[in-house]
Amino acid sequence: MITGFILRALEGKIVVAVGILLAVAIIVPALNLLTPPDSALHIPTYAMALMGKYLCYALLALALDLVWGYCGILSLGHGAFFALGGYAMGMYLMRQIGSRGVYGNPDLPDFMVFLNWKELPWFWYGFDMFPFAMAMVLIVPGLLAFVFGWFAFRSRVNGVYLSIITQAMTYALMLAFFRNDMGFGGNNGLTDFKDILGFQVQAGGTRAVLFAMSAIMLALCLIVASAITRSKFGKVLVGVRDAESRVRFLGFRVENIKLFTFVVSAMFAGIAGALFVPQVGIINPGEFAPANSIEVVVWTAVGGRGTLIGPIIGAILVNAGKSYFTGAFPEFWLFALGGLFIAVTLFLPKGIVGTIQHGWNARKALKAAADAEKGRDAGALPAAQQAQAAE
Amino acid sequence: MRSALPPSNSPIPASIRGDIVTTTSFIRAVIAVLFFAFSGPAFAQGTDPRPLFNQLADANFNEAEKLVGEIATTGDPRVVPALNAFSEGDLYFRKSDKAVFAAKPVGLQLELIDPVTGESAGQVAKGAVTKVKVNNNLRRAIRAALGGLTLMSPDRGARLSAADAILRSPSAETLELVETALAKETDAEVKARMEEARAVSLLSSDRSVEDKRAAIETIANLGGREAMRIFSTISSSIDESLKPDVDKAIAKIQGQLQLWDLAQNVWYGMSLGSVLLLAAIGLAITFGVMGIINMAHGEMVMLGAYSTFMVQEVIRDNAPGLFDWSLAIALPVAFLVTGLVGFVIERGVIRFLYGRPLETLLATWGVSLILQQAIRTIFGPTNQEVGNPSWMSGSFPLGGMTITYNRMWIIVFSLTIFFALLFVMKKTAYGLNMRAVTQNRRMASSMGIRTPWVDALTFALGSGIAGIAGVALSQIDNVSPNLGQSYIIDSFMVVVFGGVGNLWGTLVGALSLGILNKFLEPSVGAVLGKILVLVLIILFIQKRPRGLFALKGRAVEA
Repeated sequence: MITGFILRALEGKIVVAVGILLAVAIIVPALNLLTPPDSALHIPTYAMALMGKYLCYALLALALDLVWGYCGILSLGHGAFFALGGYAMGMYLMRQIGSRGVYGNPDLPDFMVFLNWKELPWFWYGFDMFPFAMAMVLIVPGLLAFVFGWFAFRSRVNGVYLSIITQAMTYALMLAFFRNDMGFGGNNGLTDFKDILGFQVQAGGTRAVLFAMSAIMLALCLIVASAITRSKFGKVLVGVRDAESRVRFLGFRVENIKLFTFVVSAMFAGIAGALFVPQVGIINPGEFAPANSIEVVVWTAVGGRGTLIGPIIGAILVNAGKSYFTGAFPEFWLFALGGLFIAVTLFLPKGIVGTIQHGWNARKALKAAADAEKGRDAGALPAAQQAQAAE
Repeated sequence: MRSALPPSNSPIPASIRGDIVTTTSFIRAVIAVLFFAFSGPAFAQGTDPRPLFNQLADANFNEAEKLVGEIATTGDPRVVPALNAFSEGDLYFRKSDKAVFAAKPVGLQLELIDPVTGESAGQVAKGAVTKVKVNNNLRRAIRAALGGLTLMSPDRGARLSAADAILRSPSAETLELVETALAKETDAEVKARMEEARAVSLLSSDRSVEDKRAAIETIANLGGREAMRIFSTISSSIDESLKPDVDKAIAKIQGQLQLWDLAQNVWYGMSLGSVLLLAAIGLAITFGVMGIINMAHGEMVMLGAYSTFMVQEVIRDNAPGLFDWSLAIALPVAFLVTGLVGFVIERGVIRFLYGRPLETLLATWGVSLILQQAIRTIFGPTNQEVGNPSWMSGSFPLGGMTITYNRMWIIVFSLTIFFALLFVMKKTAYGLNMRAVTQNRRMASSMGIRTPWVDALTFALGSGIAGIAGVALSQIDNVSPNLGQSYIIDSFMVVVFGGVGNLWGTLVGALSLGILNKFLEPSVGAVLGKILVLVLIILFIQKRPRGLFALKGRAVEA
């Protein structure tokens, strides 16, 4: 049954995307490690780290697409789940520093020694174990999403109200994590990481593995997301997006459907955060900033929501643009980003991939209609209707 | 008996008495007395202070202290300069006849000045005189004595500040002085102050328990932190039998203080609430009435603040005299500027997105980024200085609380805007059109209302009001490109909490959130307080998704 579930996910485009991702996961680290630095094919480490970062963002955008594109929940707080996953990973990495910190305390991270804390707070227990920390990467964002969604969806808070309270959620978390007494390093966050699973975080090999892991996790999450959306459940999901009350009247428990999707999406975001932190080397409360979460929305919108592939492309394109602009014309980046927001909503509401798909479907439908008129293939008509419904 | 102790062992710690007589009020008092001494007729109260001064030549410190008291009791204001000279160490006696003089150096010699008449008594060599020694206890006694002397000054302000000085540094020595002064006092306010000063001094004297009890009553009626301070200094040395009275008085004052604290907290809360109201009220129109999620709302506030800055710059350069009017001039300017920007945004972006609220949210967020960066490019990322006109600065006390003018005006201002807006919405033809369009666009349109025009004007109105809010907020916040960002989430919270589409809801929401915030702050700290408020709002929305004052009827599903 599971294999069937997975196999159904592997529709044409997804297969291509997964294939590309897996190829990238092998080729980029190989080019980085195996070619000499002066070779034309060599990929410098900083570029690989940058691409790794984009892949994490792509995973975050994919997570948002799952709830926004398929379920109609515009979350302006997905940055919070991303940051929580990042903090869980950061806490593991902090514990791995051990006595190599500035204060040389084997149990307490530097900032706790600095704050004069005597013992590790209870919520830091277990984070010295990798499996526990990885479980927390999924559980903490998932639990927050569950509790938040449980209340919100049951009270039928939806539309812009939900967007606004998710924004308030991430804002409140940001304020909370900025506090020193929270025990997460306050303003400075967690940084100065040394080891991950015994390997040096900064070492070239570790970076290559982290990059490959990012690509593989993205591919994996893409398959899962595709499996979800292509299943019967996924059809109901789209129904909830387009006509919530009607789905409810048909006897589905809309709040449970939303809740499940929201939690899965939050876990994706958590994974993205966890992969992000060792590659950039720091996690701080700034990641909770509401503006970050809104930026994720624009990646998704640019690429095309409700397409799964779109957000990945959108996140990579927008972030590559950001890297280029902030280097070349730092003044203009916000103009460009702002303009992008407006242009996409006004002229490209389906995003890049959505528009291409739409054009493709329209052409196919036209052709099918033409064929049907000629009476050669009556079976093509339902396909045309289906294409229209997919719009 | 405590009261029998020499005055130098007075129960009030030196540290408290030392800093009491604030220099300015004191100098003013002294100058007033001096003026009188040199211009008016001699002021004698019977005893001639001259022999008392001469006795200082042989006196030890304790005796000198008593003598200073006696000199002061003569009530002769002419002795003030000599007493000042004494505390400065400029009092000498002639070795030949032990006559005491104030002296000031003239070249290598000293010029002697008669301590009472202030006339010169010739110059002598430094060797011919000896300094009258002074120590800190003595200086303190002198200061108290001077305070007592100015009690009889003809200048009303000088008497008042003298009474205040005694109130702050009571001692048994000044009691008689106060009573003498009190007997002659005619001005009601000064008299009341002197009564209090008398009561305070009486507590450290050797008067009867009944008198002291009455004095405690007087001080308790004085109320406030001042009285608390007096009791706390006095309580250690007070007679056992009076302890319950003091405790009762303290309890009473504490009760009052708590009430005032409460009032002050409510005031702070209202002040914060009015800021929230200002920030949210424009949003209440664009979001609440039109249903547009305007993420650029904060930037409209920021534009208003920058308009104020520009107006002030122009005024500084061209007509500095108008500076006090700068805010009044900035109001219409800001309204027009932001209203125009709002109009352009509505016509250029938002009108294509009606019925797609989530897209509107994204597009206006993009607008906000562009506006922010535009301001940053033009004015730079740093804070701009916006001045406060004179009528906005300073504060005044109201009972036990302090009210700053800028906060007070902002409360007045926000309420004015609120009611003006309410008037426009409910009583004008335009407001009627606007409500008609919100309730049923198609029906309104078929009645001949130009709905696109109404949309554009309404959005411009909401933006213009945000701009006006920016004028007010420029007075209390940093004017920087990020100004708007700090208000946007709060504004949305207020509108959602109060109930979308209801102006009264916005008012109640803003004030209650402001007060709630200020009441949480002292116990949990500012940041945690804010977090708690956010969490409470999130929970509240679960309970009542449509806010405090939800619209009822058909409009709900619109």
